[in-house]
Amino acid sequence: MIFKRTPSPYIKQNISVQQMMFMVLYALVPGALASFYFFGWGVLFNLLVAITVCLASEAIILRLRGRDVRHSLSDGSALITACLLALALPSLAPWWLVAIASFFAIAVAKQLYGGLGFNPFNPAMVGYIVVMISFPLQMTLWTAPMGVDGGWPDFMTTFNWVFLGKLPYDTTIDSISMATPIDLLKTQLSQYHDVFETRNNPEFSALFGSLSGTGWQWVNLLYLAGGIWLVKKQVVDWRIPVAFLASLLFIANLFAVMDYSTNSSALFHAFSGGTMLAAFFIATDPITACSTPRGRWIYGAGIGALVYIIRSWGGYPDGIAFAVVLMNMAAPLIDYYTRPKVYGKQDH
Amino acid sequence: MSIHDDKPTILRELSHFDGGLVLDGHKDLSTGKPVQPMPAVKQYIVPLQQHIGAISEPLVKVGDRVLKGQMIGRPGDLVSAAVHSPVSGTVTAIEEHAVPHISGLPDLCIFIENDFKDEWVKREPLGDEYNNRSSHQLRNLIRDAGIVGLGGAAFPAAVKQTEMNVHTLILNGVECEPYITCDDMLMREQAEQVLAGADIIGHVIKAQECVIAIEDNKPEAIAAMQAAVERDGTGFFRVQAVPTIYPSGGEKQLIKILTGREVPKGRLPAELNVLVHNVATAHAIHRAVYHDEPLISRIATVTGQGIAQPQNIEVLVGTPVKDCVEFCGGYTPQADELIMGGPMMGFSLPSDDTPLVKASNCLLVMAKDEIHYQQQHMPCIRCGHCVEVCPARLLPQQLYWYASSKNNDRVQEFDLFDCIECGCCAYVCPSDIPLVQYYRAAKTVIRQQERERKASDLARQRHEAHQARLERQKREREERLRKKREMLKDKEKGGEKDSKKAAIAAAIARAQAKKAEARKAQAGATEDKTAETEQEQSQDNTEKPTNP
Ligand code: SF4
Ligand code: SF4
Repeated sequence: MIFKRTPSPYIKQNISVQQMMFMVLYALVPGALASFYFFGWGVLFNLLVAITVCLASEAIILRLRGRDVRHSLSDGSALITACLLALALPSLAPWWLVAIASFFAIAVAKQLYGGLGFNPFNPAMVGYIVVMISFPLQMTLWTAPMGVDGGWPDFMTTFNWVFLGKLPYDTTIDSISMATPIDLLKTQLSQYHDVFETRNNPEFSALFGSLSGTGWQWVNLLYLAGGIWLVKKQVVDWRIPVAFLASLLFIANLFAVMDYSTNSSALFHAFSGGTMLAAFFIATDPITACSTPRGRWIYGAGIGALVYIIRSWGGYPDGIAFAVVLMNMAAPLIDYYTRPKVYGKQDH
Repeated sequence: MSIHDDKPTILRELSHFDGGLVLDGHKDLSTGKPVQPMPAVKQYIVPLQQHIGAISEPLVKVGDRVLKGQMIGRPGDLVSAAVHSPVSGTVTAIEEHAVPHISGLPDLCIFIENDFKDEWVKREPLGDEYNNRSSHQLRNLIRDAGIVGLGGAAFPAAVKQTEMNVHTLILNGVECEPYITCDDMLMREQAEQVLAGADIIGHVIKAQECVIAIEDNKPEAIAAMQAAVERDGTGFFRVQAVPTIYPSGGEKQLIKILTGREVPKGRLPAELNVLVHNVATAHAIHRAVYHDEPLISRIATVTGQGIAQPQNIEVLVGTPVKDCVEFCGGYTPQADELIMGGPMMGFSLPSDDTPLVKASNCLLVMAKDEIHYQQQHMPCIRCGHCVEVCPARLLPQQLYWYASSKNNDRVQEFDLFDCIECGCCAYVCPSDIPLVQYYRAAKTVIRQQERERKASDLARQRHEAHQARLERQKREREERLRKKREMLKDKEKGGEKDSKKAAIAAAIARAQAKKAEARKAQAGATEDKTAETEQEQSQDNTEKPTNP
């Protein structure tokens, strides 16, 4: 009898890239729902635009490169980029801003470098940085969270603003948007109001909520929950989020202890802005992270430190995107110097 | 040897190695009934290369009658092994035939037609007498019996035992690969013979103790060995259960588990005062000493969903695979791939026409729904799952990156040659990349280049030597001429009146010198030639492939 020949091993653990990607997407769901609940229709529109543009750019470029479009699209990686971008961008971002970010993320940051597995920088974060630098004003357009100042605008108002740039005659964009807690603190501090004063100002106390901001704290908590599930399922490496959060908490606490009037508490940092989204879903993108075990500790800790530095002293509201891309750049070098010693080289 | 420290090497508390996998054993499939002796068949095919090292040299011709146990191939070199006839009968052919090797290339085999008379060569078992023999004598006996490591590597056992005064003999009964159960069954059924074999090895290497390591998924084997150890009562043996983690049966991994230390890169286990032998090898050595029986049979597991009656068989080396399958009830309709060895490190055979060899511990016929077929693979997403499971602490994703881009320097810098090809990385890779295949290919290419580089180095050296010789001859020639001229000049000075005579003499001298020079040059050229042919010959010798 004649048999076919294939290489060993002949048994295999059953988990594919596609399954891993979709598990990441499932883990995003609770946080995304909370985001929608607290920040309204804009979140949904962001998702719609980002998914459409990301998938379309991916498909077009794959076709231009003569690749198997179906096979590559179905891996779910473009979908993740789209969702991360949509959830990171402000809820009142105009549609074209989301579209530009999405196009850059997929076409430039991912496909120009050779597609999945070859991109050195996190595509979603590159897209984010491009629009942050080009359109700083639009990047601050968050709605007031549910429960603060009448919350987010209704469907039609949001739709008209996002897609047509129009507002009802008696409203201005300022009246439907509101600074995020991180932003607000920064401006207040620059006007010599300290943290304590700002947080207890009756005008702002509703926004700050009990921990780190109404809405924000819940969104972050739910991303944390999804992230823990991913770690448990071994879809993402636990070292990166742990190192990230530990370093951010440690540094934030250090400064808060030194001077609590001008530095927010460590918990505020952990649960505000995009911290948890970044810790479990963005920094853990394996393609652009370090791949050695020790390297991952350094990589995560580096992002945590950079986030704190940029948040506290940088010119941009949240430092996640820059922190991640900066560490992406350092990753190959870190990997090189953190190679594990092979068997037999260790204790001799 | 002085490098050994005498402190006990084996930890009471087990250590562990990095990485590894918990795999589904599928062992029950083949442990249902006792080992079945397989009846003799008509034709046997005995490959001359069944071991690591030089191929054996045939001792018989076509048409010769051979006896069972007769040596039909002698060791081709120091690292090599003898092969013996599994039955009495006639040599019908000595030619290339398909052999179970990962390369899939045919190799020289001796075909023997069984006369079913079962006539043995004359045997003189040594028995307990071995206690009075020297290590050297026993090693020769083991060597002549053609015994090689039966765990799969097939390294000549006698060569391994040249290590002396090793404190601890580790008997490897771990058997960590899924599906394979031949060592398990051997320990269950012949525990005492295994111990007796280990005792002989211990005598050869002058070991102080013997630890028998068995994976804790084989309680019956552990119990059987434990009982035998108690009956033995000398205190030399100890049974040690080890956790079921693939590849704990790898020599280096097992040593790490037991000693807590790693064999230094590029060194031998003796450095840590241990020597590892497989349980089946110990059993074979027992047969050789107590029955004067060379290695002509072994226990092999025939298993998988593609086999009608999975079981362990005691089978003669050289039995065609198809006969073994037939004995085990034949293929099931789902049979899809024929694998020699286990599902992690085995390799598939193109046909069942090949013989079973000394190293064949398992014939695995996998069905369509139990085998994993590699699909079109995705790019590496650098998830690092492979890093987590690699027992050699390599970075498989980097190795893959450099191996697939044919960057031979980098791939070696990342320690490609420390890869034990265990397959753990490929097993977990979500992108389904056939990683091990890339590593094997890269190793082959690099070894090939290394050989070519050596050959061209030799050619260059030869060329340089040749040039240097020519240079030297030229210098010598000039030196001689110069001397002659000086001599003449001196003469001239001495007798200026006779200048004419002197001129003539000088001319003659010049002519003579030229002639001499021509003669010399000719002689030199022939000398060169002989030197070159000699060198070529010696190079031919070194170029003979010793180890494919
Ligand atoms: S497991 Fe596969 S995909 Fe993941 S890093 Fe290793 S080679 Fe790449
Ligand atoms: S096959 Fe090689 S690289 Fe892969 S896990 Fe085993 S030792 Fe490591």
